[in-house]
Amino acid sequence: MSDIALGSAGIAVARPRRDIGLKQRYAAERRFRIYGMLAISVCLIFLAVMLITIFSKGYTAFWQTTVTLPITFDAQVIDPQDKRATDPNVLVAANYPKLVESALIAKLGISPDDKPMIGKLKGFLSDGVRAQLRKIVIDDPAVIGTTRDVAVLASANLDSAFKGQIDLAVGQERRKVSDQQVAWMNQLKADGSMAEHFNTGLFTYGASSRPETSGMGVAIIGSLYMMLIVLVLALPIGVAASIYLEEFAKKNRLTDIIEVNINNLAAVPSIVFGLLGLAVFINFLGLPRSAAFVGGLVLTLMTLPTIIIATRAALAAVPPSIRSAALGLGASKMQMVFQHILPLAAPGILTGTIIGLARALGETAPLLLIGMVAFVADYPKTPFDPATALPVQIYMWANEAERAFVERMSGAIIILLIFLMAMNITAIVLRRRFERRW
Amino acid sequence: MKKAILTASAAALALAASVGYAAARDQIQVAGSSTVLPYAKIVAETFGETFTNFKTPVVESGGSGAGIKEFCKGVGENTIDIANSSRKMKDDELKSCVDAGVKEVEEVKIGYDGIVFATDIAGPDWALTADDVYKALAAEIIVDGKIVANPNTKWSQVNPSLPDWDITAYIPGEKHGTREVFEDKLLVAGCKNTGAQDVIKAGGGDDKAVRAKCVAVRKDGKAVDIDGDYSETLSRIDSNKTGVGVFGLAFYENNADKLKVATVGGVVPSTETIAKGEYPVSRPLFFYVKKAHLGVIPGLKEYVEFFLDDQMIGPEGPLAGYGLVAAPEAERQAQRDAFAAGKTM
Repeated sequence: MSDIALGSAGIAVARPRRDIGLKQRYAAERRFRIYGMLAISVCLIFLAVMLITIFSKGYTAFWQTTVTLPITFDAQVIDPQDKRATDPNVLVAANYPKLVESALIAKLGISPDDKPMIGKLKGFLSDGVRAQLRKIVIDDPAVIGTTRDVAVLASANLDSAFKGQIDLAVGQERRKVSDQQVAWMNQLKADGSMAEHFNTGLFTYGASSRPETSGMGVAIIGSLYMMLIVLVLALPIGVAASIYLEEFAKKNRLTDIIEVNINNLAAVPSIVFGLLGLAVFINFLGLPRSAAFVGGLVLTLMTLPTIIIATRAALAAVPPSIRSAALGLGASKMQMVFQHILPLAAPGILTGTIIGLARALGETAPLLLIGMVAFVADYPKTPFDPATALPVQIYMWANEAERAFVERMSGAIIILLIFLMAMNITAIVLRRRFERRW
Repeated sequence: MKKAILTASAAALALAASVGYAAARDQIQVAGSSTVLPYAKIVAETFGETFTNFKTPVVESGGSGAGIKEFCKGVGENTIDIANSSRKMKDDELKSCVDAGVKEVEEVKIGYDGIVFATDIAGPDWALTADDVYKALAAEIIVDGKIVANPNTKWSQVNPSLPDWDITAYIPGEKHGTREVFEDKLLVAGCKNTGAQDVIKAGGGDDKAVRAKCVAVRKDGKAVDIDGDYSETLSRIDSNKTGVGVFGLAFYENNADKLKVATVGGVVPSTETIAKGEYPVSRPLFFYVKKAHLGVIPGLKEYVEFFLDDQMIGPEGPLAGYGLVAAPEAERQAQRDAFAAGKTM
């Protein structure tokens, strides 16, 4: 407007500097930067709070108090009638806790006749000693009649007391550990037989109602089986589907509908896949409940859309010039796809797959309905045996009443976080290393 | 490359499709009530450790209703063997079981879940009723035919025969299984008896909304939710001598030197009165066994027998240590006999 007006007047005036809102625009940018930094710091603060709480509560779970006792495998106690050669059940049902009790009262210098004092030992050591000693004896029956140093687990309450998690200043009736037990604990600590060791049991034991003998072994194996099944099923099916859709299928209404549905599926809440799994795999096909195989199938369904979307994006990102060049040199369409497009799209596909797998690894909701949220103590030998998964184990421990399970729950979260971090870092490294830019 | 991928996908598809899973299940599967879960876990674990020739049973939680629903899906290896339940199976649930082919169901009562009110040993005797508890602890009660925010601050205002103590009660937190008994047997009952229920109902809302209103506990600090175990409640009573605590019966009996128990509805809580059903604030706990699976799933019969053994459900057993009220000797024996005889519902 003003230009035209100036032109028509034909007068050259020193034009006043136009107000183009430079100041406001710079201010707006500064404000936006501050908002951005605030947003990031809020995220970082939440992340830091979460990590600090988990790590401060959970790092102690990686240590477990044990008491090293010279245990005499007394044949009189294990096999009083000397029938173990003919009846293997004798070794299974033997009174192993008695061996440990004898060793402990000898160690603490209590008279074997002082019954009230021996009564106070109740709850000092884990009830898991029965299974522990039985395993030693059954693995090597020659140990009967000899004395051997065995590191037996302290009970969960003693373990907490040893780690200083129980406030010993309050009266003994308000805590689970008696003054006498604390005195014994200090006595054993002084002579070095009671000590903290790295808690390998956290990785090897199955579920248990006793905190000190519960671990994530079954959950780790279960998660591993499921990830394997997801990888074996979802990757080929997903890649095949996306190659067909992206490279071969005609673009018409039908493929549009399919595409919309795949995108929708990716956003479907995971519990819906659990319901589907229950109805189809367990009720209709008759697959076993609580099995990692069914869990793997359900998670495959859940991961497929993610992989298909990532793969299609990776395929579409390969420039048309590569296609034209391949076709121009006489390659068939199939050769073009498998020899040129697919290798170039591979990093993108792998990244998508790993992120899909990581999401599947952290999933609990669909597993609830197919019976995998369960107390499983025995290792699954095949994917068809009952198993749990890492996040499920965390959930189960979170529901427990005992304090020692809280520390184990946080420890389990740390392990799960480490798994997820390893997977995401692999995805980033793969992308960095093989990524091509055009 | 392409062949490899095609073969791999074909193999994967074949694996997914050929679900010819035929191996027999050799592990007991249990599902149901989360109140029974800790007990079932202890038994399952000890069972696995004692009977090394059987696998440790798998125990799912998820609630009584969900467990029974799963139980009643039918007979076969992909259905569960046992449903844990903190209530009796309803008639329509049994009917759905029978319709689905689960014709023979054995009911096993494992013991009782009972809660008592107790105060410091030095205090006066207490005789509570459901109405007293409702009037003292509900968020809203009925006064002169109108629903108002609970105005009571002293027990003597609730019932003149109660001591002149400020109301402070330590009740099981909302995640406790016993909270449900507390709500059903005391708050809902009190709500009904005092006529508050009818007034709330007249104000509109379905049964669920009415129940929610009846069981709402006052939030002004006079009713304190305890999420920990009973030893926390005990330490609260220790520090506040005029507090009233809710305990499991077994816990009270172990601490009878510090606590004085209140009667509810005139009944002194004990294993006998709970087992007879006279003491109101208790419920029996059950599990249900699929008879068709006995002898098919290895270890199922042994598991049930082991559960019913006195070394598990007896008054000295580990379950009592975890809070189960053991049934009286005769009743435990009756359960064992009924199971041995194969009695079905």
